Formats: sequence, C-alpha cells, structure tokens
Amino acid sequence: MTKKFICIRCPKGCEITTTLDGSGVITEITGNNCKLGIDYVKAELSDPRRTLTTTVEVIEGELPLCPVWTESPIPKDKIKELADALRAIKITAPVKINQIVLENALGTGVNVVAEREINKHSTLAD
Amino acid sequence: MALTYDVIIIGAGPAGLAAAIEAKKTGAQRVLIIERNNEPGGILTQCIHNGFGSVIFKKDLPGPSYAHNFITQAREVEIEMLFDTMVIDITPNRSIYATSKNGFMEFQAGAIVLAMGCRERTRSQIRIPGTRPAGVFTAGMVQRMVNIENLMPGKNFVILGSGDIGMIMARRLTLEGANVIKVVELMPYLTGLRRNYVQCLQDFNIPLELSTTIKTINGNNRVESVETLKVDESLKQIPGTEQIIPCDSVLLSVGLIPENELSKKAGVILDPLTGGPEVDEKMATNIPGIFAAGNAVTIYDLVDYVSEAGFTAGRNAALFASGNTISPADTIKILPGENVRTVVPQAINKQLSGNQVLIELRVTKDFPSPVKIELTDGDNVVLAFREKYARPAEMITLKINPELFMEKTAGISGALKVRAL
Amino acid sequence: MKTNYDVIIIGSGIVGSLIARYLSRYELSVLVVEKQADVGMCPSSANSAIIHAGYDPKPGSVKAAMNAEGNKIWHTLAPELGIMHKKTGSCVAALGEEELPVLNELLENGKANKIPGLEIISGKDFIKKEPLINPLVSGVLWAPTAMVIDPFGAVLAAAENAVTNGVEYLFETEFTGFIFNDNTITGIHTNKGDFSCRWAINAAGLYSDEVAHKAGIRKGFKIIPRKGGYLVFDAAKFQINNVLFPVPSGLGKGTLVSVTTHGNILIGPDNEPASGKEDTSTTASGMAAIISGAKKLIPTIDERNAIAMYEGIRAKGNGDRDFIIERPDEINAFINICGIESPGFASAPAIALKAVELMKEGGENFKDKKSWNPVRKPFPHFHRMNMEEKAALVKQNPAYGRIVCRCEEVTEGEIIDAIHSPIPARTYDGIKRRTWLGTGRCQGAFDYPRVIQILARELGIDETEVTKKGKGSELAFRRTKWL
Repeated sequence: MTKKFICIRCPKGCEITTTLDGSGVITEITGNNCKLGIDYVKAELSDPRRTLTTTVEVIEGELPLCPVWTESPIPKDKIKELADALRAIKITAPVKINQIVLENALGTGVNVVAEREINKHSTLAD
Repeated sequence: MALTYDVIIIGAGPAGLAAAIEAKKTGAQRVLIIERNNEPGGILTQCIHNGFGSVIFKKDLPGPSYAHNFITQAREVEIEMLFDTMVIDITPNRSIYATSKNGFMEFQAGAIVLAMGCRERTRSQIRIPGTRPAGVFTAGMVQRMVNIENLMPGKNFVILGSGDIGMIMARRLTLEGANVIKVVELMPYLTGLRRNYVQCLQDFNIPLELSTTIKTINGNNRVESVETLKVDESLKQIPGTEQIIPCDSVLLSVGLIPENELSKKAGVILDPLTGGPEVDEKMATNIPGIFAAGNAVTIYDLVDYVSEAGFTAGRNAALFASGNTISPADTIKILPGENVRTVVPQAINKQLSGNQVLIELRVTKDFPSPVKIELTDGDNVVLAFREKYARPAEMITLKINPELFMEKTAGISGALKVRAL
Repeated sequence: MKTNYDVIIIGSGIVGSLIARYLSRYELSVLVVEKQADVGMCPSSANSAIIHAGYDPKPGSVKAAMNAEGNKIWHTLAPELGIMHKKTGSCVAALGEEELPVLNELLENGKANKIPGLEIISGKDFIKKEPLINPLVSGVLWAPTAMVIDPFGAVLAAAENAVTNGVEYLFETEFTGFIFNDNTITGIHTNKGDFSCRWAINAAGLYSDEVAHKAGIRKGFKIIPRKGGYLVFDAAKFQINNVLFPVPSGLGKGTLVSVTTHGNILIGPDNEPASGKEDTSTTASGMAAIISGAKKLIPTIDERNAIAMYEGIRAKGNGDRDFIIERPDEINAFINICGIESPGFASAPAIALKAVELMKEGGENFKDKKSWNPVRKPFPHFHRMNMEEKAALVKQNPAYGRIVCRCEEVTEGEIIDAIHSPIPARTYDGIKRRTWLGTGRCQGAFDYPRVIQILARELGIDETEVTKKGKGSELAFRRTKWL
C-alpha cells in the first residue's frame, strides 16, 4: 500500500510517496528532493517527532517572556504535555541564548533552551 | 544641527541589520540604524517558531536566534542603533527627521537604506461586513500580544486565511490553551507552505475549509459569532451555504503590504504591483543614494533572502556614500510577463560588477509540475530556467551569473519580460 | 454623590453638549446624563461630518431656520472651541442636462432660506476645480458657507468647555423615567439612582421619542431608525478638493464624496433600514450601494483603497420630519427636542440657543457667571505641526517625542492628554476618537499593545482590564501564561 506525506524538514514541503509491503516495511520512497525527506518519512512511520517552540515567563527581565524551543525534535505525542509543563516554568534574567531552561524534557533526552538573550530589567530604556 | 552619518538604515529588522553590517564591511565608517521598536530584530522577535536560516546558516533556527546572530555581529562592528525612535520624514537630498522621548533629531545621510518592512491587510481593506466589536485582530497583532506582551486576546478563535502567519498562530494559540475552531480560506488552495499545514493544522486536528470566506462578523461589545459561506471557482459567494460559528475572536491572515509612507516622502517611485519601491539589482531606488531592502520592497517568504537583499543594499549604500559608485549606465527594465505577478528588481544595469544577480518573482497560479521560467525580449527567449514546481505562496529566486547576463543582453535595450510556462 | 441640580440634560450628543456649554455661562448647576461610556456615541459621531449650508430644507420650516442660523454660528464657534474644521463650501453636481433643473430648484430653495453666496457653476468650469469629477457633470450648485468638521471632536469640545465651566457629566447613567409633582417635572430616575432638577431637557437623539413619551407627550411621535454607512479612503491614494453631493433624490441628500478635516476622503451614506436603534452593523449590500453611489460622482474610486468603515443611525422621526424644539404646554419645567436628523449637526448651535431661549420664556432668570471662559484651547496635535513646532513640543515634554501610532503620527503625550482631559478617554476607542490613533492604514496594528500599556499605567489597572469600548469589550482575555 502507499502512503503520502508532506515533508516538513524544509520550506519546500515535498510530497513524498512511500510504498509499504504487507508487514509495513518500506519498499520505495519517491518525491523527495533530498535525504532529509527520506529521514522524515521513516520517522513519521515509526517514531514521529516534532519541534516545540513556545515561551516561558521571565522574572526581572526587560521582557516578560522568553521564547524557548526543543534543541531537537521530540515525540509528537509529548508536544502538548511539554507546552503545558513549560507554562509553569519561570526563569530569572539575565538569560543567555541557548541556556538550558528545562533539561531532558519529559525524559526525552532533549533539552529546552532559550532562543535569545534577555537582559535584566533596568537596562532597557523606557 | 544635523548629525551626519555615512549610511543610515531605517529599521533594525533582518533587512536593516544585514544592510548595516555589510555597509560597515564595505568601508562605511559611521553607520546608524533607526528603529521604532524598543529593541532590534524587527518582526523576528515575535516569530518564535523555527524555519529560518536554512540558506544563510545551513541551520534550522527560530526567528529570535536568527536575529541574534545579526544583532551580535552588528554590535561587534560597532553599528550605532537608536531605539523607540520614529523617522517621520525623509527628503530626496537625504535629510532624515526623527523623534523619540530623547528629543527631536535631524540627520544627514551619505546614503539611506529603507528597511521598514511591511504591515498587514486589515478588515476594513477587505470590507468584512457586520459589527465592530472587540476581538477582531490581524495575525501579527495576536502574535505580538501572545509572544511578547504576555496577553492572550481570546478563547475561541476562527482564523481567516491559510497563509503562514495564520497557520503558525493556529498552532501557537492552541499550545497556549486557546481553542482554534477552524481556519477558512477564500481560495481553493492553501496559500501558505504545506509544511505548516502538517505541523500547525493537521497535527492539532484544526479543520481547514477552502473556498470559504467570512460573510459577517457579529457581536456587540465582543465578537459573538462569524457567519461563513462558500465561494465558487470565480470567488463568487454561493447563497445558501451560510454557517454561523459561535466564537469570541477572529484572526485575519489576509496578506502583507510593504510599508512605504517614508519612501513616498523621499520621492521614491513605487511599483504598483509589489507595493514597494522600484529597485535595480543594487537595490537602488530612483533617488540617488536611497536604497531599499526586504519586505519594504516586496513580500518575502524566506528571511534568508531578505538578509541577502539587505547585504546588497548595504554594500551599495556604502559605495555610494564613499563616492565609489559607477553612475548607472543603461538599464534593462524587468517586467512581469505571462503568469508572473511581481518581479524584483524592476531594472538591471547593463554594466554589472562582480556579484551574482538575483531575480525574485512570484507566479499568479499553481504549477504543480516542472515549469519553465523565461526572460524574453519579445518572442526571443534570452535566458531560461527550470523549476520543479511553482506556487504563488513561494517566491522563486533566479540566480544569474553577471557575465552571462551581460552577454545575453548586450544587444537588447528596453525591457525583458519574465514569464512562467 | 450630588443629586440635586438646577438643570438636567438627557443625552450628551452635539445638541445636549452645546446646551450644556451655553448654560455653563450662567449661575446654574447643570448635569448631563449619558447612558453610553463616552459623549456623542450615537449619530453625533457617525455622520457625514458636514455643516450644511442650508439650501436644502423646506422654507418656513424649523429645520430651515435652525440650519441657516446654526451654520452661521459654527463659523465662529468652531474656532472658539478649538474644533478641527475646514471652510470648504459644498457642491451639488448635476450629471447630464436632465439633472440641471433640480439645481435651479435647490438654488431657489436656498434663496428663500436666505442662504448667502449660492451660485450655479457650469460643468466645464467645475471640471477645472475637480479633475476627477464625472465628465458628465453639467452644472454645480456652489454653497460657500458649508464646512466640514470633526464631529466627535465638536461634541467633545463643547462638553469639555462645559465641564471646564462647571457642568457635570455622568456616563453609563441611563435615564429611566421622570419624577413629577402634578404636571411639573421635578427630577429623573436613572439606573444609578434619582436626581432632582428645576428643568429637564430631552436631548436624547435616537431615544428622544422614548423620553418624550415618558413625559407623557408626543405619543404619536416615533423614531424610525435608518442606517447610513460610510467608507473612509486613504488620503495618499486619491485626492479630491471639495465636498461633493449628487442631486438629491427622494431618500435624501444621497451618497457624497467629501474631503474631511483629517485629509482622508469620506464616501457615504447609503440609506437602509436598521433592525434597531443600536444596529450599526455594516452590510455587504450597503457598502456596494455606497461605492456605486460614490462612483457616480468620482468614477475612478477604487474600493481596495478603503481603510475604514462605519455606520451611523439617523434619528428619523415619523410625521412631517421637521425638528421638534418646544416647551410643551402640558408639562412644566421641560424642554423637549425630538427628531434631530440631518441637518441636525449644522443646526445644533441654533437649536441649543433656542432651548435656552425657551427656558427664558418659561420664566428662568439667568444670571451670568463672573468667570465664564467660552474659549477652549485644544490639546497639541503633533501631526498637524510643522517641523519647528514639533521639535519645540518634544523639547517641552518628552512624552510628545514618542510616536505610538505611526500611520497618524500620534504621540504618547497626546494619549496621556486624552486620558486626563476634562472628558477623559478610558478605553481604546475613546483614545481613538480623540487622537485619531488607529484610524490609518494599519488600523491599530502597531499602536495596539502600546496603547494597552499606557492605558493600564495611566488608569492604574491591569492590562487585561483595558477595554475597546467599555465593560464587555476587554482587549485581552488573560495572560498568555496562566495555570
């Protein structure tokens, strides 16, 4: 049987068709522009993963929120749970870019890190 | 008393930052960026999702991280920046007037780069009938409120428009505990990237209805419902297909428009098709010493190409400021032809120096199978390219070798048309 | 809370606020009760923004007299109260030879109403003054005394001048009935309690019929609301030089195309039934009617250049449609004003003075205040200043240096002024009406979060409590981060 996917690894969004045999083994992959597409559909079939980007509250920062993201994709079914967990986390300024905000998020082995730096409050002109 | 700078850039978003950095590298001594927000980064500070940097950094970065790279570099090369400062006038002889809480300022620039970005199409411009309650937003407004101001503007959303910002916000709102009921799209096709359909709508079971529009917005103080209805292939409303959707918020993602009030003040000629200045391959406008880059020129989908345009504008602005430019020789106009809606640049100099020339265009309709992009002089095909597919939502960037271009266009004067077949 | 007043005015529209302003000259305690959250929220701020010259009403009618006198008064009152206005004159354009006789009728009508300066210009000559006009224009009735004004600004100015001179305004205070002693009104009931007075004045506009009925008079009079929609066009996209009317039809003055005090172009209104007095919804059919009506005058109008739309409701009465301005025989201590539809705004100062006159006739002995200041100096308007003035203003107060609305160049200083003025803005829309913030191309996209911050700070409330137009229209539902 065939299954179609839209690859999300880059903005092209190639439509990739996979052919599977009776036991679910991939016999053919067509439509991808590069190797990332092959990795993507293989993962979608066995262990679908997504990147989470969200924000956490900042204490004493020049901005009230700091954007954060998973350093690499985590299992798709943990995304909502992680977003909820991060809602409860507050970090204190100053924040450095890529600083770890949540280590080994939900036991996935993936860290959630800051997407930018945030200075402490007083340095921002009003 | 005017403060003088070699190059002044208006806007510290990705186009402006790239222009400033490149201007410095090209030898401009005093470079200033004037930014109306309280920090640099432009729209990237609120674009917390990933997908940026695949071309320039060969990485997949979120917006703020992409911006961080440029901001750090700008600081390292000592580019001056003024924040919370609004430019209110520019003259053709490159005087700039700006104001902030610190006072009213006048500047004189050796060269200017216009990098003001764009604004969103509003409800009034598409004239959605109904009442005018609280709860009607454009996608960018909500993105700023949710990601920067820590304000959730509503509970139950209907989104109009399947462009990228609409889909990104559908996911964002859902992750922060709001309920996105549906995305409706006027066209019979998705207008944003397909990857976003998967990771923003499909992943969260948010329904997408194509060929559907909002007929009225209802509600007294706050939105109480929208009435949707179907349209046919020629976008005519189909009576009898109305549906009332109770909700308290409407998010409009119905297009971006280059921001050019300042450009007009400086006497810059705008292209009515892009909404932005007419520029040549150096990103020069018709006013000597005034350059433009980024979403202020035309709407991009990849920030990497915004930065490239910024580099080009910054480099040439610096050259102009130091008196180093070659006066423009003959130019060839570049016009949109069959199946092409917009083209940038709108002119290319016949005498080209070193760098690769980029022609950036958008087609008028979907081409799902391989398509030829041709530069034509009448019936004569001057240059031809092949693309695997073409969609209006995805800008096509043609990379042209300057020697090849000069060779192929040596005998041509006037205009080249760009068509897609 | 004070509950005893000499005069209570029901309604804070242009008529009510001008009455308050004229009465503020005398040694009287005056209260204006208004059921909305701000002044002039009904027809007074959603109209064509024109002070009509007065050639249009039937000679001998109250409308004709009030319009002619009101127009004259506005020419000095607008500058005195610091109201944005432009002395534009107005033009009725006849298209084709067959419409010319109507122009002549209007001219004769206007002469009977003693309107100064009326003349008919040939179509050929007019095209030179207004190049975009429909080339079929055969003649134009030129009325030099017409003006364009900022309607909400006018109501606000009158109200602020009244307040500065001692009048009190209560908002979200809805009149529910009269208190009688035999057939003399001695007070009113409201949703916030009772108030006593020696005079009550019905200036309730759309609701003037209901108020009159509560007084037991004019039982046959009823307001039949009809909607009129408007579209605002970007000044940068096309320009006209005049206030342009078509020749009038049975339904009224028709769809006009007009310059405004703000520099944008206004088109409208159409004429549609309203489902109720609060029905200010715009409809697709209405907007289509407005656009096609406007195209008759200016064929090149491109509806994609519209930047805003709004809808007003006409306080159209049944019956002979003339203004009712009376001191009824049946009831004492009451001035009744009903059915003030077009040319209501132009007539308003004359109507207000007539109300005061009627009080005098009714035995009121007015005593002048020692210190009455009829002049109102408006707050600074950054956008209208030249470079030197702007620089000086910013130097004097840095808050004027921070631009919050980019499209309309509205500064933080002006927003703070609006929040602390005699009739303060307490909502986003209140600031928008006073400063024109958010009315431009981006319709609030840039200023929105900044205005929320400023309102929260100045009013001492949380950002989630800031509203668009009063309770129930909060701009943010909660914080993004909540557990």
